[in-house]
Amino acid sequence: MYKYDNYDQQMVDTRVEEFRDQVRRRLTGELSEEQFRPLRLQNGLYLQLHAYMLRVAVPYGTLSSAQMRMLGDIADKYDRGYGHFTTRQNIQYNWIKLEETPQILADLASVEMHAIQTSGNCIRNISSDQYAGAAADELIDPRPYAELLRQWSSFHPEFLTLPRKFKIAVIASDTDRAAMRLHDIGIQMVRNDAGEIGARFYVGGGMGRTPMIGPMVREFVPLDQLITYSEACLRVYNRYGRRDNKYKARIKILVHELGKDEYTRQVEEEFQHLLSQGIEPPIAELERIKQYFVDPAFETGLSDELDLSDPDFRLWVERNTEAHKQAGYVIATVSLKPVGGIPGDATADQIRLMADLARDYSFDELRVTHAQNIVFPHVKKADLYTLWQKLDAAELSTANLDTIGDIIACPGLDYCSLANARSIPIAQKISERFVAKQEEIGEMKLKISGCINACGHHHAGHIGILGVDRKGKENYQLLLGGSEGADTSLGQITGPGFDEDGIVDAVEKATEVYLAKREGDERFLDTYRRIGMAPFKEALYG
Amino acid sequence: MKILTGNDLKSGAVVWWDGQGWSLHVDDAIDVADQGAQLIAREEGAQNVFAAYVVDGEKTAEGVRPAHIKERIRALGPTVRPDLTLKPADPAALNWVI
Repeated sequence: MYKYDNYDQQMVDTRVEEFRDQVRRRLTGELSEEQFRPLRLQNGLYLQLHAYMLRVAVPYGTLSSAQMRMLGDIADKYDRGYGHFTTRQNIQYNWIKLEETPQILADLASVEMHAIQTSGNCIRNISSDQYAGAAADELIDPRPYAELLRQWSSFHPEFLTLPRKFKIAVIASDTDRAAMRLHDIGIQMVRNDAGEIGARFYVGGGMGRTPMIGPMVREFVPLDQLITYSEACLRVYNRYGRRDNKYKARIKILVHELGKDEYTRQVEEEFQHLLSQGIEPPIAELERIKQYFVDPAFETGLSDELDLSDPDFRLWVERNTEAHKQAGYVIATVSLKPVGGIPGDATADQIRLMADLARDYSFDELRVTHAQNIVFPHVKKADLYTLWQKLDAAELSTANLDTIGDIIACPGLDYCSLANARSIPIAQKISERFVAKQEEIGEMKLKISGCINACGHHHAGHIGILGVDRKGKENYQLLLGGSEGADTSLGQITGPGFDEDGIVDAVEKATEVYLAKREGDERFLDTYRRIGMAPFKEALYG
Repeated sequence: MKILTGNDLKSGAVVWWDGQGWSLHVDDAIDVADQGAQLIAREEGAQNVFAAYVVDGEKTAEGVRPAHIKERIRALGPTVRPDLTLKPADPAALNWVI
């Protein structure tokens, strides 16, 4: 894992003291809310439906056990005993007090964490593949490049007031586990024909009210030009992105309106100019960063055998583990989606337990996934049963990864001031309704957003649900056919929306069509793509 | 009726204008009629509250109820965590919210 150097630590510590003074001035009335609002947002402090909400950055979703333990302690000490892991691999606390916020930030800084750039029109937390550094199918570990981008984008003076917020994802395998092409910039680390590692750039993806899949703008950017090319992409956006209309201000609109070719031409022109300016950090800096991401001391010669005689353990292994690049090890995912639970929520005790288990069984490391789950990236297979037993005792052993119970849901109208409808109760009802059918349905990505901003990624769900306000009543639109993987696609709305119970029935009808029509090993998504929308519409509205 | 709501500066808690000050309980809210803008200017200026605004409400037999679901959820707490609402011991507290 990356460790702060003195410069990183000083920068974060200074920011804490700066915010401490800003809060003091707000509380004494020296600053009005109008003056204070942008300052608190720059430190991740929102005003939500019930209270202040603090969003803490988890760079590329990677946490040490000490950091995870601190997140649990903060939940206990300053919040109401729980935290909410988000679809951007971060964590949010829903009941924060303004006067305690500087001390929370100081506590975070003590474990090399912060809440900087988790809000506002700047480059947000860089996200990545939650299996980075562990996956059997990855080319290289993408996190050193994400870290280089994090350092470049942190406090970048030119990009702190962009037309709109800006999200970057970096992956390094063909299996996209980070919804890379639905980001403002999606980067895939690739190898070219000459055997060199570089970056493939996709620009102009996004969800929200105008979902778009980012087109590829450059096949290969050499490693020693990664920052320069990123800077060129941002500069063109910063120069021409629409500031007159926030709904048209994201880079996806610029790329769409200019056209990919013209946007790319302008980026290339800017890129050539920037190459002459010498802004690229020395490759030695990338090499320095890489040293923090070397493999842990894996044991060799380990057996890949697992005793699967316990049927509950077997099911969990089948559902919640993934192949590791190192023989004798496995990647294990903790589902934060218990049946009837709140997606992404974990209690302080559960957070601390996961911290302890990471220390004992996963080389001190955890990952937050954009699907709101937690990963132990490096578990020795010989330890897996013990790990599972400890998770099970803490109600953290739900075996439903990538099934209909593993629902992404935004906080919705239960917590969010932007939401139009509640997301969580829909997720709870669906997970309860389908628990017995989960295995029969198989792989299913079901995603729920409580408003058009799409924090619940409903456009990218095999089944997506969008909550809207219809004359003061919650109403839910159903979408089918979205995907965020390597086969990225956007879901299509089936037709008129449903009420709270009706949407759960509608999901059931859609799954019944799938079960009746599927061929062979088809997933729901495959069947939908083969037979199209018509049979589903007939079942829903016919 | 028109009721006035905002957030407590220190805690961020949702509060309602009760005629004398700010209450956590929407049942205490009074009809501010056309005095909302004036009250907001005075109370925000005195740092008693921030992010204040007027919403439509209704005086029912059970108490004051905001017209819109968002404000009703604001008034009580998250529907999915009754234990964190203002009336955690009352299983019927959420009945009027949805």
